[in-house]
This record gives sequence, structure tokens and C-alpha cells, in this order.
Amino acid sequence: MTIFRRRLQETGKEMSYEASKMALEEAGLELKDVDSVVLGSAPDAFDGIHLKGENLLDGAGGAGKPYLRVFVGGGTAVFSPIAGWWHVASGLADVCLVVAEEKMSSCFPHPQSAFGHIWDPILDRPLKPNLVWIFAMEMNRYMTVHGIKKEDIARVAVKNKRNALDHPCAQLAADLTIEDVLNSEVLAWPVQMLDISPPSDGASAMILASEEVAKKLTDDLVYLSGAGWCIDSTMWTDRDLYFPEYVARAAKMAYKMAKIENPPKEIDVAEPYDPFDYKELHHMEGLLLCDKGEAPILTREGVTERDGDLPVCPSGGLLGVGNPIAATMGIKACEIYWQLAGKAGKRQVPNDPQVGICQAWGDLMQYGSVLIMRRG
Amino acid sequence: MEEKIAVVGAGSTKFRPDTSEQNWKELMFEGASKAYTDAGLNPRKDIDSFVTCAEDYWEGFSIYDEFVPDQLGAAMRPTCTVCGDGLHGLAIACMQIMSGMVDVVAVEAHSKISDLNTYNDVVLFAFDPIYNRPLAGHPYYVAGMEMNAFLNGSGNTEEQCAGVVSKNMTNALKNPLAAYGKRVGVGDVMGSEPMFSPAKKLDIAELVDGSVVLVLARAEKAKDIADNPIWITGFGWNSGTPWLEGRTWGRASYAEEAAKMAYKMAGIAEPRSEIGFAEVDDKFSYKELMHLEAVGLAGRGQAGNDLENGRFHADGDLPINASGGSLGCGNLIEASGLHRALEVVLQLRGQAEGRQLNDVERGLAQSWRGVPTASGAAAIFER
Amino acid sequence: MTKPENPRGVELSSKQMKEGDVIVNKWDPRVKYAWATGEAISRFLEEMKNGKLIARKCDSCDRILFPPRMFCEECFKPTTEWVYIKDTGKIETYSISYLDKDARRITDPIFVGVVSIDGASEKMGIMHYFDETTKEDIHIGMPVKAVWKPPEEREGAITDIKYFRPLKEGEE
Repeated sequence: MTIFRRRLQETGKEMSYEASKMALEEAGLELKDVDSVVLGSAPDAFDGIHLKGENLLDGAGGAGKPYLRVFVGGGTAVFSPIAGWWHVASGLADVCLVVAEEKMSSCFPHPQSAFGHIWDPILDRPLKPNLVWIFAMEMNRYMTVHGIKKEDIARVAVKNKRNALDHPCAQLAADLTIEDVLNSEVLAWPVQMLDISPPSDGASAMILASEEVAKKLTDDLVYLSGAGWCIDSTMWTDRDLYFPEYVARAAKMAYKMAKIENPPKEIDVAEPYDPFDYKELHHMEGLLLCDKGEAPILTREGVTERDGDLPVCPSGGLLGVGNPIAATMGIKACEIYWQLAGKAGKRQVPNDPQVGICQAWGDLMQYGSVLIMRRG
Repeated sequence: MEEKIAVVGAGSTKFRPDTSEQNWKELMFEGASKAYTDAGLNPRKDIDSFVTCAEDYWEGFSIYDEFVPDQLGAAMRPTCTVCGDGLHGLAIACMQIMSGMVDVVAVEAHSKISDLNTYNDVVLFAFDPIYNRPLAGHPYYVAGMEMNAFLNGSGNTEEQCAGVVSKNMTNALKNPLAAYGKRVGVGDVMGSEPMFSPAKKLDIAELVDGSVVLVLARAEKAKDIADNPIWITGFGWNSGTPWLEGRTWGRASYAEEAAKMAYKMAGIAEPRSEIGFAEVDDKFSYKELMHLEAVGLAGRGQAGNDLENGRFHADGDLPINASGGSLGCGNLIEASGLHRALEVVLQLRGQAEGRQLNDVERGLAQSWRGVPTASGAAAIFER
Repeated sequence: MTKPENPRGVELSSKQMKEGDVIVNKWDPRVKYAWATGEAISRFLEEMKNGKLIARKCDSCDRILFPPRMFCEECFKPTTEWVYIKDTGKIETYSISYLDKDARRITDPIFVGVVSIDGASEKMGIMHYFDETTKEDIHIGMPVKAVWKPPEEREGAITDIKYFRPLKEGEE
């Protein structure tokens, strides 16, 4: 993956190239060894290019190959490797390169303007909504239903930004206190500045290979063992926002495929989607890693620290490393791979993790994508 | 192809230039309902996964995926958006089945292009922002350039392109879904207004709205669901370079490679003798000839002559675009490829009404994503 | 070896952009849409002009669907009947926003949230503004009522309701 920053000099093509090249080098492969390419990228409005998948395709190594772009909002970050898995599992490709790219800084003066167009044009847009509103409304509902205090949510931001100090790509790594978070600028109550991940430019890539090919490349195999994806109804004002049922459905689909019956016991490391601090908690519950309303307690007890019983977002997450929407694949799916392969260096969670889960979320509080990996 | 996959349901709205009485959800609901009724399936219980094919700026949203599930019966179900043509969506659906993750998948593609008031500007917005976009102009000049290079390189002629228009618009008269069925002659096309020379007004498919849905199932399920499953025996997709400057103008490498992949999967060595009929992309008249040569259904430089000899007419040896194609039915944007597939399925089922071809066993559907892309897909269907 | 190793990318500061250290290529896309509102939302907007909220009933699951739609996403069947519902409801959740739509700071905050509407099925509602309340008083579960624009100012839009205000005692 590239570094994640508010603005990178590289174009989307160039970032895609850099990430692809790094993944190929790590795998010991060349582009000619790649049978097909999947691109994950979120709104065209960020890059400022209609059909941006077409524009990015040579940077992503897709020219002259079967090449597809998938797009499920923020869920793309974990959905892209799932789509790559289909290419290999179907037998159509021995090696599939999955590239995730986001160039948010091209949207000028602020990427927020692009988010204005994610809303229903008739019911929502005339109210001139800001993207932060949906998080604020969801966070408020979650806090109110379970009686959660803001300081218990702020712990997530503190943990992830601290974890990010060990990530070489990080944009917002910091050693903060809960008070720092609680005293930060109120943007849309209950959301404050340090509750949020930043807009970023960045790209990441991973290579999926059939077992036969993978065995020739490495002794430390990490298998994809479960995938799930689910979308809830468009009518987001018709559901109770306190629990992401769509994430739970996606998780159940993935657990069933991976033959996991007791997620909290069987999962060794987790990378749920954390664009906002409360979202990590919301998604831990959605992933059935704990009971509803229990995630803040586990966090308070240190269970989710890197050396805790269930390390959550050891990468530093979106909160610490940055949030180039689809490209956060690098700190979700890639991170779980690196953790299970024992390649995470200073970020490595102890005790030899065998099974890991990553998840992304997107659309109008609506999309869950879940991927489970296990060591060979 | 080891895993057998069948089309078990097919449905479509009519194709119309203006559908202002329906919003995009209602249009898609109509297409989906027809396909599910055709399959005899309840999407809330019987379909495992849903795929739609869409791009944000065609629709006017930043994350169009949000606005997809309800009208497809896909709320709270595995669903995804592919930024590609309907045949790219079909490829994703087949891969989902082949990977063993799901058994039954619905693929939807649509055009609600009448909601977009600045089509030309949006197409231009797809051009490279640094090298090409500042040159502005109507983006279809790229098709004019390509047509010129193709005709010069291949020896096909403008009159032969006009013949494609005449054939397809006439074919569309027999297609109740079509918007632009009309009896036009070569002279009418040649005399139509010059637009992007050598392309003239009638060489260019007009835009339409519509929604097309296919339901696919793996073999074990397909036999229970459908009396007359149509088998997908091969599919492929490919992209050439996005650089306009770097293309081999006049050659559709994406179509060559996509077809090669599909033929290999289907075990087809001699497409010209093994394929009975085809629906190929004809968003511009020359594209039909170019694509026929690229997919090996005509020799290089021969497509125009074959057309003039009647080979591609509905009563010819190798009927091409018996549906009327995009020239006769309208340009359905990302749904164009899925409409090509729908027609192949209807022909193989014997449900093509007044335009039914005789004794067809195997057909090809081929797509191109339009200006300025060099991306497309192909699929083979058999009875 | 820690992965990712030596990640690539060159950071560019906004200062470099503003001071012209780098060449900036700008484009203002001309993208205009006029979405067909469709059957259900057209009627909904017409009724907004009349100062009324209208929903659709699904015969199959008996839900009163709001905002209205011509098909039920649960049953995947056409909805069957128009049903007027009230213009009162309950705050399901809310936010107090110091950001405008382009993330610019504003000093006079916007009170915004989701209102479930009385007469529709449980939890069914719309997003809207709140007013005539304070940061201290507003709460989840608060009963509220729509404040409409005067009839001559309504145009068939969600903004024909100016905002929702707390429901007064004894009021319906």
C-alpha cells in the first residue's frame, strides 16, 4: 500500500501502479503472471472522472486483461478481495490482482461535496445534508439505546490512533488521551473532530492465488475461508440505527462458510471498519464478536488492545492510518493477511493468531462486507 | 466450463426514450418482476445473490449502490454493484456460482439516461482529465476517428455501415421492445446529417431507458426451476488501454480477447461454423462490422461484404442483431450487453415472436462499454 | 520484515497547492439531472403541497410504508392502497450540526434527525430539521409535530415542512 495522506502528488493511476507493484514484489510475481484484475474504488466524484475504473485500469495492471471494477460504497474495501476470490475460486484465474484506489483530494475544495450526492435526491438532498450527520444520528441512537458514555467511545479513537504509530503509512497516528477526544471541536453532536477518520489519498493491493500456485510462492499460506456481503433497504429512515443487522447477516454468511460457530472464541484478530470511533464498537457487535452494547465494555477492559484477548484494529484503523475509502483494504484485508502471516512487525498481535476477520461498511448505513482468513 | 450454469429467468421493460412517469426504482422493479415471474421464483426466498451494473454519473448519485436493493427484492440480501456492462455483471454472477458461494443469482442492468440532462458533458467527463478533456468538443468525435481508422484499415465502406443501420432498424420493426424500428435504406443513412465524419446521424444509436434482468442458476437447481434452461457455456471480458493515444485504432482488442476467453471456455474452435447467430454491440454502425471481425465471425475486412451479401440478415447464414440491436432498439448504456444476452436467450427458447430465427442452437452476445472505453465482454449461450 | 515495507507516495501540502508550487488542472463538470420522481413520490410531493403526509399500504405484510413506495421491499409485491398519516411523530435520533453541507463551520447549529411518523408502521419516517427546542431539551423519543410553510409558498418538496417542533400538551 501507499502512504495515506490528505493529498498525494501521485494521480489515481500512479497510486494504483505503486500499490500493485508493491504487492507483486512481495509475492515475487510479475504482471504477466496475473490472470485477471479487480479494481475497488468508491465514488467517481472524488477522482473527478466518470467511469473512473476505465481510467485507472492501466495503473492497476488491467490493460489487456479481464478487468472488473466493483463498487459497494465504503463496503468496497473488503468487498474487492471477495470479488477477487470469485475469480480464483471459480477456476477462471490462478492469480488475481486486487487493487483498491481512492483519490479524494481531487474533489475540490473538499471531498465532503461529493458526499452530498449520496443522499436521496428528493427526500434528503433538499435538506442540504452533511455526511457527518448520518454518523451523528447513528451514534446518538447507539449511545442512547445502550446508555453508552462518550468517554467509552473515545477510547477507540485513542487506541487506534496509538496503534497507528506503528504503521508506516499512517496519516493521523497520535498518542492522545480520552480528554483530548472529548475536548476536540464538536462538528455534529455527538460527533467531535477526533471521533472521525480523515479523508485521504491512497491505494492498496493484494494478490490472491490458487492453492497450487500459492504453494510455489510461499510456505506461509493464508487461506480465505469465509465471505459474506449484505445490503439493507435504501429506506434508512425506516430502520432502527442502533444495530447493523446487515453486518450481522454478512457475518453469519461468512462464519457459515468458514465453519465458525463461536466467533468470540475462534477469532484471534479483527479489523472491523472504523471510520468513526463508535463504528468499531457497532461493528464488533454486528460481527457477533460480543453482545449488543458490550463492545464499549470490552474496550474499557482492554480486551481489544493489541495485546488483549481479542485485538481489534491493530493496524491503527481508519482513525489512525487514514480513510481513502476503498483503499482501506490495506488496513483491513491486507492487515489481516500480514497479521496471520506473521509479517506485521511492530503491529504484530501476540500468540500466533490463526484466524482473522475483516469487515467494511458503506452506503447509507446499509452495507456490510466480511472476509475471514485462516493460516494454512 | 466445468460448472454448468443456466439462464432460468429473463425479463425486460420496453425500451423507451422517455420514462418520466416512472422513477428508476419503478423501472427496475418492472424489469425484475418480469424476470422473476418468468423464472417462477420469489426473490425474497429463492434467489441467493443480486448483481446490478451501474455507474454513478449515469444515475446522478455518488454511491448508486445504495439505491438498488429494494426494487430487486434484494433488501437485506447479498447484493453488489459492478461498474460495467451487463455482461460484466453476468460474468460476476457466473463466478459467484462457480466459486460455490451461491446457487441462484439475479443480474440486472438498466438505463435511466433520460434523467440525465447533460449526457455529452458526462461522457466527456470520462476522458483523461489532463490529456484529453481540455480539448472539449462533443465526445463522440472519438467514434468518428475510430470509424475513419477502421474503414481505412479494413476496406469496409461507409455504405456498408449504412447497410448495418438499415438492417438493424428494419429488424427492430419486429421487436415489441424496440424504440427505433423503422424502414430505412442505405441512401437514407448516407443522406443523414454529418455528425462526426464519417459518422452520420443515423450511424449513431439513440439513447433509451429500460431495465433488463436475467436469473442464473447452477445446473442442479436450474433443472428444477426451468423447463427450458438456456446454458451459459462460455464467457469472457477484457479491457484494452484507456489511453486514446495508445490504441491500435480500428481494432477492437477487447472484443477479440473477450471472445477468445469465451470460446475457449465453451470449447469453440471455429466460431464461424459453430455459432448460429449473434447479437453484437452496434452503438455505432461501424462497431457491428468491427466487432464481427474481432470476434471471428467475419474475416478481416470482410464484414461489410458479408453484410451486403445478406449473410447477416435475419434470413441469412449468420443472423446478426435480429433484435434490432442498439441502432434499432436504442442505446441502453450499461444494459446494452444484457439486452444482447436477453435476445440470444429468447431466440434459443423460441420466444422471439415475429423475429424468431429457425433452428438456432448456439448464440453469442457481445458488448462494448461505449466512448471512450476499450472494454467489453462476451458470452455464449446454448440450448 | 514488517509489511508494508517502505510504502511509496509523495505528500503534497495545501500550501504547495495554494502558492502555485504545483500546476493545478481544474475542471468544473456540467452534470445536470432531472430525476423522474415516479408514481409514489409524485403523489407524496403533491400531498406535501396540501399539507398532508401520505403513505402506501402493503396488503401482504400489512405495513403502512412511509415514505410511500409502489412496491413493498419485504414482500416484493405491489403496494395496494394510499393511506393518509399524521404530521406528528417521535424523534428516533438527532444531531446538532455545526457543519454545513460542504463541511464549512456554522455558528448557528442545525438541529436534524429522523422522525418516525404517527400512523405509519413502527420506525418509519423521514429525516428533517427540528426547531423551537434547545440543545438541553431535545431528546430521543420526544413527540414532535410538523411546522408547514404557508400554502402559497409550498412547491411540492420535502422542504414544504419547515421543521418539526415539540408537540404541545394535549395537541394532536
